[in-house]
Amino acid sequence: MTNLRTDVSAPPPGTVPYPGRRHAATASGSKREIKLFSGFAHVALAVWGILVIAPLIWVVLASFKSNTEIFTHAPFSLPSKLSFETYKTAWTEAHIGRYFFNSVFVVALSTTGTMVFGSMAAYVLARYKFIGNRFIYYLFVSGLAFPVFMAIVPLFLILQNLNLLNTYTGLILVYIAYSLPFTVFFMTAFFKTLPEQVAEAAIVDGASHTRLFFQVMLPMAKSGLVSITIFNVVGQWNQYLLPVAIMQGQGADQKWVLTQGIANISVSAGYQANWAALFAALTLSILPMILVYAFFQRQIQSGLTAGATK
Amino acid sequence: MKHGRYPFIIGFLIVPVAIYGTFVVAAYLQAFQLSFTNWRGFSPDVNYIGFDNFTKLFQDDTFWKAIRHHALLLVFLPLFTIVLALFFSFLLNVGGGSKGGRTRGVWGSKFYRVVFFFPQLLALALVAVIFARVYSPDESGLINGILNQFGSGPVLFLADKNLALWSILAVLVWQAVGFYVVLFSAGMGSIPTEIYEAAALDGATRGTLFFKVTLPLLWNTLQVAWVYLGIAAFDAFALVNVMSVDRGGPDGATTVLGLEIFRNMQDYAQFGYASAMGVVLFFLTITFAALTLRVTRRESVEL
Repeated sequence: MTNLRTDVSAPPPGTVPYPGRRHAATASGSKREIKLFSGFAHVALAVWGILVIAPLIWVVLASFKSNTEIFTHAPFSLPSKLSFETYKTAWTEAHIGRYFFNSVFVVALSTTGTMVFGSMAAYVLARYKFIGNRFIYYLFVSGLAFPVFMAIVPLFLILQNLNLLNTYTGLILVYIAYSLPFTVFFMTAFFKTLPEQVAEAAIVDGASHTRLFFQVMLPMAKSGLVSITIFNVVGQWNQYLLPVAIMQGQGADQKWVLTQGIANISVSAGYQANWAALFAALTLSILPMILVYAFFQRQIQSGLTAGATK
Repeated sequence: MKHGRYPFIIGFLIVPVAIYGTFVVAAYLQAFQLSFTNWRGFSPDVNYIGFDNFTKLFQDDTFWKAIRHHALLLVFLPLFTIVLALFFSFLLNVGGGSKGGRTRGVWGSKFYRVVFFFPQLLALALVAVIFARVYSPDESGLINGILNQFGSGPVLFLADKNLALWSILAVLVWQAVGFYVVLFSAGMGSIPTEIYEAAALDGATRGTLFFKVTLPLLWNTLQVAWVYLGIAAFDAFALVNVMSVDRGGPDGATTVLGLEIFRNMQDYAQFGYASAMGVVLFFLTITFAALTLRVTRRESVEL
């Protein structure tokens, strides 16, 4: 800034700088500096924007190409014809449709379970005094400190003993269990902020504790519930390690979730792989995310960053 | 308020505590227990072998390779991500100069933020599949396809021992930056504009503004970011498992602890040994988090 300013506003030799003039020159100098800076900012931001979008556009373009085209044409060339053949292959032969609905099914149940059980526990821990309250609270919160990898071997054995390996029940219960620490942590803090008087008034009016929770407190905690629901939906939808560890064995590939299915297509693809179908599969799994994001981007951003700002 | 309190409390806690106890608490406790055994999953009785798993671990080359990779990720993942994210969020928030005495973000800053954040929404496994193709060693890859247009030879991103881990690191950074741009932007947005104005009146340049005003006021957020990214550096399982040449290769050049735990469990049924690795991973993570919070502790600036 200083360099630029002296260049522009340096008075020509021999002239006496009037205070007023000097001021004007500085102002126009800093305006120019701003323009330059903002131009530079746009270039830098646009470059990163392109780096983010380019691979995604490339995936979509390649999903319409034939395998030969993918190898011989420029990466961003347009496909020679618009054919949805690859999508049909991806949906039926590569089972993307099945994996997609498996994911929807699992995440719908596991997120519901997480929110119901998580907020029940959090509510009791936040607003009722009883022996062992702190112990149970810290038991839940300490789960945040442990890496899931450490639990993966015993978890496998526990599920095996309970006959829950390679079952949706097992996967859903595990998703719930591993989402509880953060959900309880966040929702406890949230329930603590709700006013005491409303609860007292409801009790005076003869509401039971259970009714108080479902009809008064839950509606009041709506904004917190929305954030954490989004957080859990995205987290559980994107889960990879847990399903890979749990959904294995006979007939497991019928029950795989989307992340697993796609990763498997990529890993098991040999040299004669149908890359176009893989790109179609990728497009099919990115597209819903773009749609959901387009509608809920503000809620999603605040939901996902909720963890870091608390 | 007293009436029916305990049945209610127990009724609300029993299911969550049961689920959590069975699948999380029991699992973590058993991980410690298993790490002292040589159990392979077949025999009903379990042999305790003391610290044998750990001594074996510390003589295992693959283990040390994995540790070195975590160390590299631990330094560069937070470094690259935070520097880029800080840079972009600073541009987004104060890049537009001032109008009527107010510093503004650049034009279209909301659009940039939306775009930058998007990769965060994609599963790491999905990102891994995309970039496995982007890095493809032949002309079908995005980068080598472009290089080919310019007649430049193919770069073996994932098959070159010296490049593979850096290529994976780049993907992690690619995905993470947007999240931290949003996080830092929120932090910068809560810094009152008067502070910037006052500093600007005193003749502070943008550089000074950034280092003397923005950074100190963002310190707590930066600390959180560093811990989060550090913990992510101890993971990287999905990327390595999907992208790398023969899982953790070439020649172990990209392997990470998560992958070794998985391999020992799935392929070799070495439950005790895998658990010992898990225990080591736990102590590494917790030491890192505690150290970071302690070393970077400063008087936080209250506004």
